[in-house]
Amino acid sequence: MAEEKAKQTQASDMPDWSAYRGVMIVVEQRAGVAKNVSWQLLGEGRKLADKLETDLIAMVLGQDIYHLAEEAIAFGADRVYYCDAPELRDYRTRPYSRVCLQTIEEVKPEIVLFGATATGRDLAGAIATHLPTGLTADCTILDVEPDPSRLLLASRPAFSEKMLATILCKQYRPQMATARSGVFEARVPDPQRQGKIIAVPSQMAEDEIAAQVLRFIEATETFNLEEAEIIVAGGRGLGGPEPFKLLQELADALGGVVGASRAAVDAGWIGHEHQVGQTGCTVRPKLYFAVGISGAVQHTVGMQSSDLIVAINRDANAPIFKFANYGIVGDLFQIIPAITDSVRQKRAAVRLGQQETAQETAATVEGRN
Amino acid sequence: MLHIVVCVKQVPDSREIRIDPKTNTLIRQGVPAIANFYDMHGLEEALRIKEQHGARVTVVCMGPPPAEKSLKQCISLGADEAVLVTDRGFAGADTLATSYVLGLTIAKVGETFGPVDIVFCGKQTLDGDTGQVGPGIACRLDLEQLTYVHKVEEIDVEHRRITVQRLLEDGVEVVQTSMPVLITALKELNKVRRAPLPGMLRAATYKPVIWTTADFPGLERAKIGLKGSPTIVAKTWVPEQKQVSTEMIEAQTTTGTATALVEKLWQTELPSRLGWLAEEEV
Repeated sequence: MAEEKAKQTQASDMPDWSAYRGVMIVVEQRAGVAKNVSWQLLGEGRKLADKLETDLIAMVLGQDIYHLAEEAIAFGADRVYYCDAPELRDYRTRPYSRVCLQTIEEVKPEIVLFGATATGRDLAGAIATHLPTGLTADCTILDVEPDPSRLLLASRPAFSEKMLATILCKQYRPQMATARSGVFEARVPDPQRQGKIIAVPSQMAEDEIAAQVLRFIEATETFNLEEAEIIVAGGRGLGGPEPFKLLQELADALGGVVGASRAAVDAGWIGHEHQVGQTGCTVRPKLYFAVGISGAVQHTVGMQSSDLIVAINRDANAPIFKFANYGIVGDLFQIIPAITDSVRQKRAAVRLGQQETAQETAATVEGRN
Repeated sequence: MLHIVVCVKQVPDSREIRIDPKTNTLIRQGVPAIANFYDMHGLEEALRIKEQHGARVTVVCMGPPPAEKSLKQCISLGADEAVLVTDRGFAGADTLATSYVLGLTIAKVGETFGPVDIVFCGKQTLDGDTGQVGPGIACRLDLEQLTYVHKVEEIDVEHRRITVQRLLEDGVEVVQTSMPVLITALKELNKVRRAPLPGMLRAATYKPVIWTTADFPGLERAKIGLKGSPTIVAKTWVPEQKQVSTEMIEAQTTTGTATALVEKLWQTELPSRLGWLAEEEV
């Protein structure tokens, strides 16, 4: 990132980019299933394309992936370029980047977006260097300036997420960015939506490709923080790995998962896949418990979009309370098990109530007969 | 013998950077400069390969003269040679301009010290957090590219093949490819050693090789530094924190507080949105 301060975005000092039109999303998939971030980016890309009055374009690569081209249309794309070839079954940098480069050179989109996943970053880094053009990593806010500048305003966390920076790319096209999963919203798919699906050829034969994917070991723990509806997160205040068990019990009672602040992860109390904010992930669950988390900016940027936030902390002055809908000042070792019990009772009561209602209904029906 | 190049960047420890609450600007003073720790995992792996298969390990760094500190640290740990690429002209580089200069540097290292078989980079830097320079260098030098590596399974020196595990969001991928190859290291790759005494003694008097723009005859000025960087920072700001009205819950007993909270939660739209009202079995 070059640190050039507050340059006004003037269209006059930019080359003529009228040959470049359209917003392209490169869809990531494994075994014919698209990653959620791809559909989220199509949702956000649709807004950008509408603002620029241009097409939303999807690029799909893989083997047996025609259905994903159709899905991309349902999720908002106007046009889909797809490359279906056996050598694209597994992601490999060279064959994937060659097809993308060829398509980008022919289609000339003004913006190309990828998910900020391991694969998306790997691919985008190769493509941007080849083209060459500017690439902004890990964006959390995307916007465009309308005609005449048509600039992508790509904003991303900087300085360990303590600040946000807006990055521009004025002198090159396309403008490229990777964007974080879980930040943008996918549209409700519309199977009636119409669009063009265009096949593009693969660019490398198998014997030209050095890399071989020998096997893929799927993560045993199907743990997905970004998509969790309820997260019970713990921080430095837990004081060690043990109290995470209490959080897990509450999470189980609620049907949620356990999250953690960077402090807890860095201390080795819990795995990094649980980290919220600060190069961890951004989450927006329906319910978020922040337990023993003081509420540093780098954590709160990752969770403040949650629908409902409950903060539990010993320190009544902890900044986390400013973000919370409900706050409890107290000892987590006492309060968490008590909440767990209360949740269990409440949910049991709901189920019991339903059974009674069902029995009553049954009795009424019987009575009629 | 294998020749391994490790790219190291000296960065401000961004974990130590604080925001001045009054001015909303960064407090950079007193922030220590450290070797990007992902890069040090790359160095550690290079040293392990050196011990197992025999290799020459060359460390390269682009940065201002004080970055010599990180290079000396690499020498103390066991690197054979260190090259500092430093010039005012390189300043302000984004990832594209950085990969251009590091690409030239590694090519020159190859000419000077022998052909390069493996290049290690960190997954990303602490200050930039992009992870784009590794793939950029691989592209510039036409190397095979293995990113997010958390384990090197096997190095077959005879057949010039390497097998690694890549840690992805949804699992672990085992990939084999040919050398020359660029690898980006995760911190799970290994545990970084402590510098042995002989290494520390060597580092104390070691002077890294210094290259400036003058050492690269084919260098294109338009591709380096600020001028060679397509991305520009238009503005930075401290994210506005969503302010909500907080209801503090406090009852006579812990159970009372817990029950009060749960009752509050049940009065929101939450249970219906989560389908708890219609649930049959948990």
